[in-house]
Amino acid sequence: MAEQVIPTKKMPPGLQVENVDDRIMTLNVGPQHPGSGHMRIIVKIDGDYIVDADPDPGYVHRGEEKMAESRNYITNIPHLERPVIHDSCNILYPYVLGVEDLVGIEVPERAKYVRVIAAELNRCIYIQYWLAIYGIFLGHSTMFMWPAGDRELLIDLMEKITGARVTHAYFIPGGVRNDVPANFEDVCLRQVNYFEKRIKEYADIFYDNPILKARTEDTGVLSREDAIRLGTTGSVLRASGVDYDLRIKEPYDVYDELDVHTNVLKSGDSYARSKIPWLDMLESCNIIRQALEKMPKSGSIRTKLKPNPKGREDEVYRRVESGRGSAGCHIISRGKPEPYRLKLSVSSFRNLIALPYLLKGEKLGNMPAVYWSLNYWPVEADR
Amino acid sequence: MSKSEKKVTSKDEDKKKSDEKAIGDAIIAAANARREELAKEALATRSNKTLPKEVKEKPKEEKPKESKPKEEKPKESKPKEEKPKESKPKEEKPKATPPSKTDTEEESLPEFEKSFVDKISSQFTDDVEVGYIKENRTRVNVKKEKILEVAQFIKDNLPFDHAESVTGVDFPEDKEIGVVYHLGSYTDPTYSKQVLALATRVPREENPNPGNDSTKLPSLRDMFYSVEFHEREIFEMLGVYFESHPDNRRLLLPEDWADLPPLRKDFRNKGR
Amino acid sequence: MLKELVTPQNANVFVGKLGDILYKAVDQPLGMAINWGRMWSLWPVHIETACCSVEFGAASSPRYDVERFGIIEAFGSLRQCDLVVVQGTITRKMAPRLRLVYDQMPEPKYVIAMGACAITGGLYFDSYNVLPGIDGILPVDVYVPGCPPRPETLIQGCMLLQEKIKRMKAR
Repeated sequence: MAEQVIPTKKMPPGLQVENVDDRIMTLNVGPQHPGSGHMRIIVKIDGDYIVDADPDPGYVHRGEEKMAESRNYITNIPHLERPVIHDSCNILYPYVLGVEDLVGIEVPERAKYVRVIAAELNRCIYIQYWLAIYGIFLGHSTMFMWPAGDRELLIDLMEKITGARVTHAYFIPGGVRNDVPANFEDVCLRQVNYFEKRIKEYADIFYDNPILKARTEDTGVLSREDAIRLGTTGSVLRASGVDYDLRIKEPYDVYDELDVHTNVLKSGDSYARSKIPWLDMLESCNIIRQALEKMPKSGSIRTKLKPNPKGREDEVYRRVESGRGSAGCHIISRGKPEPYRLKLSVSSFRNLIALPYLLKGEKLGNMPAVYWSLNYWPVEADR
Repeated sequence: MSKSEKKVTSKDEDKKKSDEKAIGDAIIAAANARREELAKEALATRSNKTLPKEVKEKPKEEKPKESKPKEEKPKESKPKEEKPKESKPKEEKPKATPPSKTDTEEESLPEFEKSFVDKISSQFTDDVEVGYIKENRTRVNVKKEKILEVAQFIKDNLPFDHAESVTGVDFPEDKEIGVVYHLGSYTDPTYSKQVLALATRVPREENPNPGNDSTKLPSLRDMFYSVEFHEREIFEMLGVYFESHPDNRRLLLPEDWADLPPLRKDFRNKGR
Repeated sequence: MLKELVTPQNANVFVGKLGDILYKAVDQPLGMAINWGRMWSLWPVHIETACCSVEFGAASSPRYDVERFGIIEAFGSLRQCDLVVVQGTITRKMAPRLRLVYDQMPEPKYVIAMGACAITGGLYFDSYNVLPGIDGILPVDVYVPGCPPRPETLIQGCMLLQEKIKRMKAR
């Protein structure tokens, strides 16, 4: 009797032979997880190894492209910068350039320099925030506190120029919204010099840290050919050894008059991808100093637009180098005050395709290091 | 181009201000007369709704442009008569207008851009028409059936190696949906500025049934791997089904979305 | 005397009455103590819904340091949390997940709606995928306006919530 009640387990000694499919487990990461939220990754794991990853974006899809079709060229500005509010100048840049092409206005020389300075400052602000979150992802609390604190310096500077902490809405077709304050050059130079001194210290605590190197080196390696094939952009592309920066390759505004260098690393792993933005910040400090020197000391900062500008019947595709990579804007106009169709081709969305590719074969513990090193901002990808 | 013109005008402004004003008045008068004429025509043919709007817009745009070259009245009034007629089709076939503009106003087409577009158009004479050739930006319109061949040709013979963005555009008047692939090049530094727009059209259905109706297009994922997520986005936003694409699933929209694909023109935002 | 009053028949009733009297006597000071404990250790869930999370991050940065007011830095496990800061736009895809997060948290729990989008839909009032405010899915305690609100505003909102907890009846 008792022998029948107790189920007999047929466990062979030693290794158990079982179907491979049974060992694979599906795991949902997100949309609530202790990193950056708004994103779900469905990973299939075999023990500790990821065999498949399926990113599921769209938690912040707000339909901006549809909204843009019912607003005119000026009222589109505030909501188009919301995808990346901490990089708002750069995400607005291609749209503004495109509208200028369509409406057919020239930008004053001084406004071009002010734009470049604002865009570079904003790039630093964006990268600092990205770096802070990367610190959280890797459990490095100091690396959250330092960039988040230093970032406030530049936010103060931008607040002096535009009046808002993060959502500037500063670039408008025809120039910039308002002039920089008096003695801006001195304040900006002082802040930027201090900032540069400060971010050089990150090398000691973060980039030369053996723990960081052990966690990120040789994880998620993206070869040069695959980086090109996948169409990645920005820091991901440059970490894989492709020298491509739109500030040099297709200079817009006054970037062709400035001495801009690209930073390229060859290894293509998470460490290289996390280091490129930091090098970009140092380069941005150089660009800001040059632009401050060359900027005309006085002059107009805006070409006046007609109240309700109409674009000519045409289409434009403009792109700029944002904090994450190339940001493109495709506007189709039909001679109305509103765009017929507006498409934002943003770098986060383009880099997302590399995520499932990189995660396959990685250990689950490496997922945060790989995911955030892609310079990915989920709100931007969802638009 | 307009920059240089502006500088010239700002220098000589004082001298020729009076002349300019007289010419400007004459132009305005001519434009008003033309507008009245067109308005009468429009009243007569009310069925075509697009006409009256253009009548309002066109003369306004031409005033600032033509006051700069400082020509005489009769010459200017001629293009005015032609232009509204040209734009009547109002269609996304910029084949005719941009080249003619560049021919008349400036030097001819940019050579480098023309050279590689010619390569494509000479290979596929009947199926490819050149959309526009501007500096750094080119566009070729391809028939839907030939898109795979043209993409393969571009991939093999030109250094375009990745797709930057894929735009889906809805044209309800033509009963078509346009899909534009923007291709770029990382490998060849001479092509790094170029963006080639590879455009095609698919038929549009009044009552879309994504995946099961005629709105289908072969996927370019085999040639340009980077279009994978872009094509998924277009599938959900416009209902264009990409054949041979491995997963035509939802990407951004909620799982329970049961309305029209939102980027179609007949889908309206609330209150708009 | 007590023996006369308390018989086996009415013992239960008497204990119940005694409990009521004790509760009334102790509720006020003890409730304050409970509320005091809850007030100074608010643990927000680490759920980021939209772009306001940038300013939420800035609020816990060294300059603003929301921790000195008893709002502890965002925490991963929602089973230990008692505060949801809804950081911005809630889309139709996110709304069920937000409710799922809220339902899993232990009582008592509080909700702060941060940003114009979480309050009314804000800039995205006419978007097809955005909820017009989160009132329909969560009971909101404090609204923090702004697009996005400055960290100071968020801190003020948190302090208002603390004030509210102080005056609440402890359960």
